[in-house]
Amino acid sequence: MNTWRIARLVAAKDLRVEWRSRVVVNQVLPFAALVMVMFAFALDNDQVLTRVAPGLVWLATMFSLLVIVQRAFAVETADGALDALQVAGVRPGGIFLGKAMALAAQLAVLELVLLGAAVVLYKAEVVASGIVLLVTTYVAATTGLAFVGTLYGGLAAGAKGRETLLPLLMLPVVAPVLIGATRATEAALGTENATPSDGWPWIGLLTLFAVVFGVGGALAFGSLIDE
Amino acid sequence: MQPDSGTSSAEDRGWSVSVCAVMDSVVQPVVQPVVQPVVQPVVQPVVQPVVQPVVALVDVVAVLGSFPALAGASLTVNRGEILLLRGPNGAGKTTLLRLCAGLLPVERGTATVLGCDLVADRTAVRNRVGLLGHSNGLYADLTVADNVRFWGATVGATQAEIDDSLTRMGLSNRLADVQVARLSAGQRRRTALACLVARRAELWLLDEPHAGLDAMGRDDLDVTLRDATAAGATVIVASHELERAGALATRVVEVVGGQVRRVAP
Amino acid sequence: MTGSMTSTRNPAEEMQTDPTRDRAPTSTTFSRTLGLAALAGSGWLIVFGLFLSPNDRVQKTGVRIMYVHVPSAWLAYLAFIVTGLSSIAYLWKRTRSLTWDRIAGASAEVGVLFMGITLVSGSLWGRITWGTYWTWDARLTTTAFLFVTYVGYLAVRDLGGSQQQRAKRSAVLAVLAMLEVPLVHFSVTWWRPLHQNETVSDGKLSGLMLFTLFVGIIAFTLLYVWLVLHRQRVLALLDQVDDQGLDVAIAERRDEAIAAQEVPS
Repeated sequence: MNTWRIARLVAAKDLRVEWRSRVVVNQVLPFAALVMVMFAFALDNDQVLTRVAPGLVWLATMFSLLVIVQRAFAVETADGALDALQVAGVRPGGIFLGKAMALAAQLAVLELVLLGAAVVLYKAEVVASGIVLLVTTYVAATTGLAFVGTLYGGLAAGAKGRETLLPLLMLPVVAPVLIGATRATEAALGTENATPSDGWPWIGLLTLFAVVFGVGGALAFGSLIDE
Repeated sequence: MQPDSGTSSAEDRGWSVSVCAVMDSVVQPVVQPVVQPVVQPVVQPVVQPVVQPVVALVDVVAVLGSFPALAGASLTVNRGEILLLRGPNGAGKTTLLRLCAGLLPVERGTATVLGCDLVADRTAVRNRVGLLGHSNGLYADLTVADNVRFWGATVGATQAEIDDSLTRMGLSNRLADVQVARLSAGQRRRTALACLVARRAELWLLDEPHAGLDAMGRDDLDVTLRDATAAGATVIVASHELERAGALATRVVEVVGGQVRRVAP
Repeated sequence: MTGSMTSTRNPAEEMQTDPTRDRAPTSTTFSRTLGLAALAGSGWLIVFGLFLSPNDRVQKTGVRIMYVHVPSAWLAYLAFIVTGLSSIAYLWKRTRSLTWDRIAGASAEVGVLFMGITLVSGSLWGRITWGTYWTWDARLTTTAFLFVTYVGYLAVRDLGGSQQQRAKRSAVLAVLAMLEVPLVHFSVTWWRPLHQNETVSDGKLSGLMLFTLFVGIIAFTLLYVWLVLHRQRVLALLDQVDDQGLDVAIAERRDEAIAAQEVPS
């Protein structure tokens, strides 16, 4: 069974679990939307909100990521399935890739909803000239976040007292994505007179990040989930 | 001076790692297409043409946290045996099974399972072993059929083999499309066993497999285990069901205080 | 002992061979010399830093914080690199040894301390010089991230399990951190390009100030090496206590087995 087939198998399984249980759709998406609303309560200024909308969108994404990752691995550890996957000799690289793919799919839906919320709540505007940059930003950032989430989620899964480690470990690591994605999104949306050309250097950073954690994660995942 | 267990002589044991690699990459694809159509296809594991004990543990120490669950256990199991592990709670039966599955590190001693040295690399043995522990390893949101199909797919089982696993454990018909979360504990145990059957492992490690099953389930299990060993697999069962497991087993050992003792027949 | 970085005899070995000693000092001749040198260096730094070096034209006395801040920052990064390299040394099979793991851990602990000092001293310096406790410049922000990453690393080291598990897990984490920190640094640097607040190394330091800075770096480095040496030895002794505890636990477990056997079943 090569790694790619394992990955497809695991990704399909994860998405099927989500399809049957609808936890992300029914719980995490409302949570994310709620976070956006609470930002509005806290910041209480329409111009400020429009200006910082890209940052808030990605911030809400980061917090929701924590929840989705916890859920993704709770599914595995609830009945010892992760152990069983290991005993089955399923290649850890394949498990990593598969879970990352499923995570990316769920993140994509989440980010779309958050973008919509920003347009509605913060009066952010999506301009045609920035669409390409926007889509590329989303693809690059989502890939990186999916890899990081799966990697550290695997580390934090399992034994008691580990779940609380996830935010502490993950948030410093996703900081580059937060910075890069926000700046690129600002450029794409034309916030504060930024032009799309300002945003492309950040795409380079996001892509580097995704590559580093894609490769590093595939190699390291096996060691981190091992007991 | 305590030897640094971290500096295990991996180079010394490197030969056994490469033997495993050779078996996996060369022997398996050669032997499998030849043997498989000849022998019963259902629970047929891949037969390796070597004669050595399936499990050879010598003075193994395994720790859980700082507690030595296994304190110098030695055990030899040959192919085709059904070995019963009995002993009081906390004796180390579960730890022994998990160690043989390559899940726990070997703190001290030597352990060779299916020709693979667990001290050097405990991941090599994993996909040839099937473990049924205390938990079932199921995805509660998926149906019975989804679960068995997934676990079967990890070894490339065909639909026919998956269907047969379901039938063997009495799960076909109406139960196959029920979400695992809605099943009773006994039905979940059967599902877990069906997933194990679909994996066609060479070494079956079962921790209290009869617990929670009704009489029919237990009969189904016994038949399956006998078929598996007839087709070349080896089975180690830890159980408190001394009568039933005793009738099933070809040999019995006692596990007490982290060690294995022979039992007079 | 393979892979040992220290060229002195490990005091743990000394304790083994001399059972009449009931203390386990972690100092050897080399480390005592080193400690004296660090002490001398610190004294020299105090003299130069507080008294002999001149005031800055603009910052007056406030510039003297630099003599603590800059060496601490240097040390924080040095400690980080040492942790990263030791972790790689542990992961590479040829040089695998728990000593590397302990060095990584000791360096991380000392590094966290100096990162904290860097952040606090930088913050105070900013307050005195520019009136703000914090600026979002690249260096400070990256150091803050390094600090949090390290805290996470130390938390993972405390997760439990055997020494090898701890070593492997934290080594992998350290390597990931090594990959991540440059990314953080780049993103923060592009985010807030160095502006004129970065007057630390604008080359306007007089010769004496530079010399004092140099002294500071040397003194702190000596201190760092001394601390890591000792801490690494303490960790080795703690691991040894664990091992001996394991021996005791194994013996107890075996006794429990013998006692159980004597009870007529």
